[in-house]
Amino acid sequence: MVSEFVGPLGVITGVLVRFWPVWLALALVLAASFTYKKRLGLYGQLFDSYVGIAGVIICLFWLFTAIFASTIAPFNPLQQLVVMKDALPGAIEPETHKVFLFGGDKLARDVFSRMVYGSQIVLIIAPAATGFALMVGITLGLPAGYYGGKIDTVLSFLANLVLAFPVILLFYLLVTPGIMDTPIPYGMAGLFFIFPIIFFCVLFWTRYKNRPDRLYILLGLTLVIGGWIYVGLVFDKDPLRIVHIDPNQLNIFVAVVFASSPGVFRIVRGLTMDIKTRDYVAAAQTRGETPWYIMLWEILPNARGPLIVDTCLRIGYTTILLGTLGYFGLGLAPESPDWGTAIKDASRLLRQTIHPALPPTIALMSFVLGLNLLADSLREQSLKD
Amino acid sequence: MLFFILRRLGTMLLTMVCLTLVVFFLVNLEPNLKKLAISQTEMHTSAEQLEQWLVRHGYRQNFFVRYGQWLGVVKKAPLINPDTGKAEQRFSFCNDPTEPVYSGVLQGDFGCSTKFKTTAAKRLFPALGATGILMFWVLVVMIPISLLIGILAGMREGSRTDRTLSVASIATTATPEYVSGVIFTVIFASWLGWLNGSAASASQGITFYNFTLPVMTLAIYGIGYIARMTRASMVEVMTQQYIRTARLKGLSFSSVVIKHALRNALIAPFTVIMLQFPWLLTGVVIVEVMFRYQGFGYILVEAAGNNDIDLLLGCSLASVFIVLITQLISDVGYAYLNPRIRVQ
Repeated sequence: MVSEFVGPLGVITGVLVRFWPVWLALALVLAASFTYKKRLGLYGQLFDSYVGIAGVIICLFWLFTAIFASTIAPFNPLQQLVVMKDALPGAIEPETHKVFLFGGDKLARDVFSRMVYGSQIVLIIAPAATGFALMVGITLGLPAGYYGGKIDTVLSFLANLVLAFPVILLFYLLVTPGIMDTPIPYGMAGLFFIFPIIFFCVLFWTRYKNRPDRLYILLGLTLVIGGWIYVGLVFDKDPLRIVHIDPNQLNIFVAVVFASSPGVFRIVRGLTMDIKTRDYVAAAQTRGETPWYIMLWEILPNARGPLIVDTCLRIGYTTILLGTLGYFGLGLAPESPDWGTAIKDASRLLRQTIHPALPPTIALMSFVLGLNLLADSLREQSLKD
Repeated sequence: MLFFILRRLGTMLLTMVCLTLVVFFLVNLEPNLKKLAISQTEMHTSAEQLEQWLVRHGYRQNFFVRYGQWLGVVKKAPLINPDTGKAEQRFSFCNDPTEPVYSGVLQGDFGCSTKFKTTAAKRLFPALGATGILMFWVLVVMIPISLLIGILAGMREGSRTDRTLSVASIATTATPEYVSGVIFTVIFASWLGWLNGSAASASQGITFYNFTLPVMTLAIYGIGYIARMTRASMVEVMTQQYIRTARLKGLSFSSVVIKHALRNALIAPFTVIMLQFPWLLTGVVIVEVMFRYQGFGYILVEAAGNNDIDLLLGCSLASVFIVLITQLISDVGYAYLNPRIRVQ
């Protein structure tokens, strides 16, 4: 057992001090944002309302926490120091004399360090998965909305099929240790990860097909970088060993993309159907532009407002999904410090100890809240225009 | 209108067939069958014995034949024991037929639960009933509160009430069940001791003491979302010309809100409440696991964890059915409530 403790005030100051890189970075970014507010477009307008400021601060806070995690966290998130089992917040570790600010969990790990490192997992997977879902949804939603007819019927049916699955059932079926022995996750990864490459190739091709000097550079870059990441992610055969993802992380990544792309698809399809009736689309059609040029360079930029708002909300929703996966112990390693797994571990023992449960829950809640506030304020700004 | 409903029902059936086929495929993947065989046989069985178990219980028949049998369009044939040459039951604990008969979902036979050693229907329907009770109380709490919040916030757009309530509803949508459940348990069960942190005893009898926490946890996530939709719809209605007319002819603000605005403002939330059901289903699973309430979510987790094929298929069918039927009700109800669409 531990005999030495620091008081509540000590814990609070300790936490504030540990986060010093975050405060510094936040201060720099906010000062810069306020100074150049007028020139920053949509981002600058966020600073007009308190809701927007709160959203930006919370999101940036977790972003910088994830970036500086190794500096902030005093301990390794997986390290077990037996004396600190179920230690209360503020307990001092006898050997190094460092403080377990939020106490220790049942496996004697530092709750504070785990919370800080957990942000890394969430902040990598959630935005990346949302990005891929966005690519898949846009690439399929644009033609479905623009052409209508058979393409629309088939794609909408498929999207509704996925949406009719309760998410939890989908995860129980798709994220199991057994499924990794089958080619299904790799096949799905191969399918989903090709969409960004297709998207950017078509994007550049439609715009610059009459300007070979630019076209070949851009297409070459897309294919080289995209292909490199593709090979690294799907086949885990990156020749330089930089792009790498664990098989179980790939599995949850694919499942999350699969679960959230139909939602993006529906939104993009609806927006496209609305925008294609506008005059500037008719003008482009009269000019003789190709359908894909109209979709990607006329319709998509005009659909960006609702899409940005939706992306913010969706990152939050993906964070909740990741937490759900962690809560049911699906996919992520049992000792992983991510918030969902931490909540699962702690919630089973709520009758004995409560302190390991609170930091991850509040972390997850505040991050999603920050994203929702951001989305809300973005929506208000776009309504003003 | 009738044609519309019929077409929707057709699409619904097609969706259900496709989805059950997908689930059937996924639960019958080789690693999942291995897992099932291992959990059903004694410890330390050899690979051959596992294979033998799978063959003897019919898991090695053709995929589509088995799907057809489950659905009830192919005759379920008993398996012939190679040693005795006689037909024998697949699972003795749920009275499988010994003669070839059509006995699938279409005939009301949901198959055998290998985990609970009984028929799947015997577990599935009581569990659905238990979840139904939970859902009922959740809706009783959720709908009035969220509508009230939404209407109060949307009545005067931009007022202080509006700002406060909007931020509060954003906060509840940012709180998934596993977060609010933990926080509520800590506050109400661990610190204050007012409520029970487990709903295990609710199967015997529901009391305020054991059922409040699950209901509260489930309701809170939906409240924010429905309230925001209600607010948006209320704000839109309040800017309409007929509201201004009503105000200008001298009616009081409260009577304008109650008599003129409310009815039209509640059309959109109706759709949203109906479309909340898929969300609620996921929430139910989390809440039932967290508070140990033996309902649909509990058996879904048990079935998925043990790869109990028939029970899991039954669960998927039930949940997909709920999702699709609520979508249909929402569409039909929307058309019915909204005169502009009804006349067309």
